[in-house]
Amino acid sequence: MRKTRHTPTLPARTAAALLGLGLLAACGTEPDADEAAETAEATAAESVVITDAWVKTTEEDMTALFGVLENASGTEAHLVSAESDLGTVELHEVVEAGGAMVMQEVPDGFLVPAEGEHELTPGGDHIMLMGLAAPVVAGDEVAVTLRFEDGSELAVTAVAKDFEGGDEEYRPGGTDGM
Amino acid sequence: MEPQRKRLNRRGLLGAAGGVAALGAAGAGAAALAGGPDGPAPEAAPATTVPFHGAHQAGITGDAPSRTVLLSLDLGEEVDADRFAAVMRLLTDDAARLTQGEAALADADPELAAEPALLTVTFGFGLGLLERLGLPAPPGAGPLPAFSVDRLEEAWSGGDLLVQVCGEGDLAVSHAIRMLVKDSRSFATVRWAQRGFRQRPAGGGTPRNVLGQVDGTSNPDPSTGDGGEAVWLGEDAGPLAGGTVMVVRRMRTDLDEWDKLDAVGKDRVIGRRVSDGAPLTGEREDDPVDLEAREDSGLPVIPAGAHVRRAIDAGTTILRRSYNYDDGPGPAGESDTGLVFVSYQADIGQFIAIQERLAESDLLNDYAVPIGSAVFVLPPGCDEDGWIGQGLFD
Repeated sequence: MRKTRHTPTLPARTAAALLGLGLLAACGTEPDADEAAETAEATAAESVVITDAWVKTTEEDMTALFGVLENASGTEAHLVSAESDLGTVELHEVVEAGGAMVMQEVPDGFLVPAEGEHELTPGGDHIMLMGLAAPVVAGDEVAVTLRFEDGSELAVTAVAKDFEGGDEEYRPGGTDGM
Repeated sequence: MEPQRKRLNRRGLLGAAGGVAALGAAGAGAAALAGGPDGPAPEAAPATTVPFHGAHQAGITGDAPSRTVLLSLDLGEEVDADRFAAVMRLLTDDAARLTQGEAALADADPELAAEPALLTVTFGFGLGLLERLGLPAPPGAGPLPAFSVDRLEEAWSGGDLLVQVCGEGDLAVSHAIRMLVKDSRSFATVRWAQRGFRQRPAGGGTPRNVLGQVDGTSNPDPSTGDGGEAVWLGEDAGPLAGGTVMVVRRMRTDLDEWDKLDAVGKDRVIGRRVSDGAPLTGEREDDPVDLEAREDSGLPVIPAGAHVRRAIDAGTTILRRSYNYDDGPGPAGESDTGLVFVSYQADIGQFIAIQERLAESDLLNDYAVPIGSAVFVLPPGCDEDGWIGQGLFD
């Protein structure tokens, strides 16, 4: 069974986003402030890596990037946008709407928990590339820049693989007990 | 009624489960099936791995596991050197993961990667491909001449890219092939696929082939100086040093003709005893072959046309790692069996020297006919940051 991580609900995202690091640092006592300052020096881009990154090959003008965002720091990382020379990039989630699974842009990016990970997977959260000028063929290396809320940027490279399964076509109820 | 039926069902289930486990174990599948559901519970497949990264590619030396699939792919005309490099990065990544028990990227059935059971994946490049892409072939590589015994079929010959998958687990091998084919079919077509099996004796040692012969005796040991020189491409191969030249020959055996020979006749064809693999001039399998020994009558103990004599006379050595195939029987009960002969050598001349001698005269030629033939250059191994064939592109 494919491991699918549920996208946090909107309230959870918002709540998490509100727990800004800067706010905590400002309120801290002397030792805490030092600690926070140390942490603050490491940007999200320095703390987060993407492993097993791949994009789906396509002859159309859109595809998606998958992988596992891993955050080594003790601070939550908030991925807010991404860009690529290949086309426009959006952060997408897959949600149920009227009994069908549809993908849509996430309103508030992806959160990578402190010392945790956030999985980008077919049928789940993913990074959408649109308006591609050329097909993406197997073995291509696709470069995408991820931008975090703190302004830091992470350059990632994903290899293109042929893949038929998952993503938009989802059977309703396909996740219960299978 | 009801409890009994349930018990039977459970017994049936257990038996089936045991059979599946045995298929994963070293070639024990047939034995377990013969034993039936009441046979002793076989051990589960060992979840062991063979390192993928290293100076040489895996799957060439060491004990050959019980299963192989050799896949020969033809690359599309549109594939240039850059594209081929991208392809090899991709396939290397698949192989590195799958052999270590990890799912490949975008693996649709990641669970099937969990038990690699000594899975190895080895890549080789056809001479035609190297030439077409303007990549250097090592001095030891070259095409095979036509041998007089050849009855080659195009369907079993040649190819641009060889993918050799070996392992103890049928399912792991099947999954690896499936994954590698999925990742190559956008730029390549399958020219041929050959499935082979071998069965190591329970006590270890050299396995037998479908003719019943102990096959693979006196192989060179590539970990020694001389053995290494016989197998690995040397420094003159530049970026391919540490690689090897692979020959794949599909040999159809005529078991019905072979059956007509008595034990002594079979021994004389090979020059070794079928019973234990010992040369006709010795007592044990590893005894030296005495080509000079004569009977009281003055005739050589090992006949002039015996396979072992003809091969030794060539004065060179190759690393054989052959498998058997059995695609029969046909509707009339005819067999379709043979050998997926595989050898690795530093120089194709080693194989040619031996095969020319055998083609000229070898009693075994009446029973084993080459119907497929291919030569591939196998690049050296790579480290974790590299990929197979990378040196050719630097």
